[in-house]
Amino acid sequence: MITPGMKATPPRELPGKTAYINAHLVDPANGLDEIGALLSDGESIADVGPDLFRGGSGWSVPDGIQVIDCAGQYLSPGFVDIRVEVGEPGQEHKGTLASVGRAATGGGITTMVCLPNTEPVIDDMSVVEFVARRARKLGLTKVYPYGALTKGTNGQELAEIGMLREAGAVAFTDGTHATANARVMAQAMSYAATFDLMIVQHPEEPQLTEDGVMNQGELCTRLGLSGIPPEAETIMVERDIRLAKMTGVRLHFAHISTAESVDVIRKARAAGLPITCDTAPPYFALNETAVGDYRTFSKLSPPLRSEQDRQAIVAALVDGTIDAIASDHSPQDEEAKRVPFAQAAFGGVGLNTLLPLTLELAHNEHISIMDAIALITNRPADLMDLPAGRLTVGMAADLTLFDAQRGWKVDSGKLLSKSQNTPFDGRPVQGMVLRTVVDGRTVFQLDDEA
Amino acid sequence: MTTDVSDLSAYPHRHLLGIEGLFPHEISFLLDRSETYVDQNRMDDKKKSTLRGRTIINLFFENSTRTRTSFELAGKRLGADVINMSVASSSIKKGETLIDTAMTLNAMHPDVLVVRHPDSGAAKLLSEKVNCAVVSGGDGSHEHPTQALLDALTIRRRRGDLAGLQVAICGDVLHSRVARSNIHLLNTMGARVRLIAPRTLIPAGIEHMGVEVFYDMTEGLKDCDIVMMLRLQKERMQTSFFPSVREYFHFFGLDYEKLSVTKPDALIMHPGPMNRGIEIDSEVADDYGRSVIREQVEMGVAVRMACLEILGLPRDLSDSTVRDL
Repeated sequence: MITPGMKATPPRELPGKTAYINAHLVDPANGLDEIGALLSDGESIADVGPDLFRGGSGWSVPDGIQVIDCAGQYLSPGFVDIRVEVGEPGQEHKGTLASVGRAATGGGITTMVCLPNTEPVIDDMSVVEFVARRARKLGLTKVYPYGALTKGTNGQELAEIGMLREAGAVAFTDGTHATANARVMAQAMSYAATFDLMIVQHPEEPQLTEDGVMNQGELCTRLGLSGIPPEAETIMVERDIRLAKMTGVRLHFAHISTAESVDVIRKARAAGLPITCDTAPPYFALNETAVGDYRTFSKLSPPLRSEQDRQAIVAALVDGTIDAIASDHSPQDEEAKRVPFAQAAFGGVGLNTLLPLTLELAHNEHISIMDAIALITNRPADLMDLPAGRLTVGMAADLTLFDAQRGWKVDSGKLLSKSQNTPFDGRPVQGMVLRTVVDGRTVFQLDDEA
Repeated sequence: MTTDVSDLSAYPHRHLLGIEGLFPHEISFLLDRSETYVDQNRMDDKKKSTLRGRTIINLFFENSTRTRTSFELAGKRLGADVINMSVASSSIKKGETLIDTAMTLNAMHPDVLVVRHPDSGAAKLLSEKVNCAVVSGGDGSHEHPTQALLDALTIRRRRGDLAGLQVAICGDVLHSRVARSNIHLLNTMGARVRLIAPRTLIPAGIEHMGVEVFYDMTEGLKDCDIVMMLRLQKERMQTSFFPSVREYFHFFGLDYEKLSVTKPDALIMHPGPMNRGIEIDSEVADDYGRSVIREQVEMGVAVRMACLEILGLPRDLSDSTVRDL
């Protein structure tokens, strides 16, 4: 378990006792899915359950405890997002820890793991400590950084991952690009296995994706764009599974997007290898047709794939091959997207849409609401060994209250993040965050709910 | 088995190319024989005429001061004529092959050839081409038999017996011939061997050589009797086996904190030359209550005298047990 002192801590005043009554508790880790109440005391969960504060036919809370009536809405552990790009330090025009933190709390996310692709890169203990200190001061979403796997994420020399771990980095990755050199990766894995560290790979063979801007295939050809073959992902997944087997490392693949990758990972897991993976909403909720008329907001890395790939990702979420959903939040400023498609930056924002798009899997009756919530709470938390994602007494009172049914329309321009490049612009969705609580303090509350 | 220390045929091999394959009584004999030279080396008159008239050639294809000097002293104290040939002044640079060099030297009728070579197996190849005895002074990452013997002698003099001791060999095992020879010797003599290093420096399959592998110093050093540090062979590292010297020292450098879990009287050894502040803290290296690093150097001369004497003198090798190792 990681305890890098990144939680919101004093000098802030401790919150008092708060009772969340009449809540539909949904806590996959503890198998809780019923109406009940939760009591937070200070920064921690003090009690939770269906019988708490029951008095006759209603609710009875002793004096001196602040009461929040959840009106039967879902109260879940705060969401855990294991893949967020933050511009700070170095690219604050895209997003700062403060702006990303606010957007995250608005999306119900109380813990996030951010990529090391900052300037300077998170390949030095001082940068880990900078990010942790800044985030702690803000007191919004808790931030855990990934450490760079190689110095400068240049894919050549190992970064000081043992010491970065001691400084608080949760896992190691070159972030937005693959660690491509097989020899470097093998040595990095072997070294990481020494300390039982997890390596996270962006699986994409760069030699096959050079110049590519969207999924290779008919649509790409009609648009006259250069393609990124799905094999680029699968080849890297296959290679790294073999290297992981050789070295014994714990390996996690980020944002899996193709049917074949899923097959390969499913087989590796069946063989007992410690391989895990996540995906992001675009890969189960969109396909390559979203690129449409050169919509640069739909230019993502990996690219949006075929409908058959999308269906395979849904199936892998259903059968558990994919362990978690991450927002894959990648803020890009307007200038980076208001250019011809080939020149546009890759990436889309995702913090505000993580909940409704994850709930789509439940609304479309692929999985239950409880299983959907597990994909953004305890399962990602367990992957990264984070003290989050469950309503367990004694743990931090990180909570999200949401209405699973309420509909709204994604509107680029009205999102809480600084950058607005959502690939879901205009999409009607269901599921709205009403209140977000970090360490017992409400850090976000929907306007009309107050 | 007790062996008559004066009967040189107790070591029934023409060469000494490695420790692997030697029997316990053969190793004991080499150590017993070495023991007799320790006192002689401490006297004012250190010279004997045991090998008078014999020629020893130190053939070094790799830079070495310590091992070469040790062999040279050993030969001279036994009264032999010792010639040093190092690669810089040899014909190798002019394109002559290893075998050509061997044949040329062989024609000069040396009695013992001491060979150090950067390639594993070079000593063996040479031994097949010459008429004299060959002692390996280290070949590639394969074996360094006299180092293992001098380490064993050092331990035996301090602890009485090797059997039952818990020995930790720490650091760059991947590139280390010292580690391999020590693993063979210690296992043969009944000690238990642990290896401690980052996974990148642990060679594949080494757990089948009778060792226990650890990736954490505190776990691996627990209750050890002997701590053998290895030199980080940066000259043999083409790619990054670890991120930085400071990280290496932080996790794998021997300091008092990591030493605190060993037996309180655990001995600290290092084959030299040391990278202070990388694999070993200076304070620990210079702690003469526990560090026997200087003693290892002293035992080196005695061990090499025994080896040169045994291989340099005529022995009855007609026994059917003679095996060319």
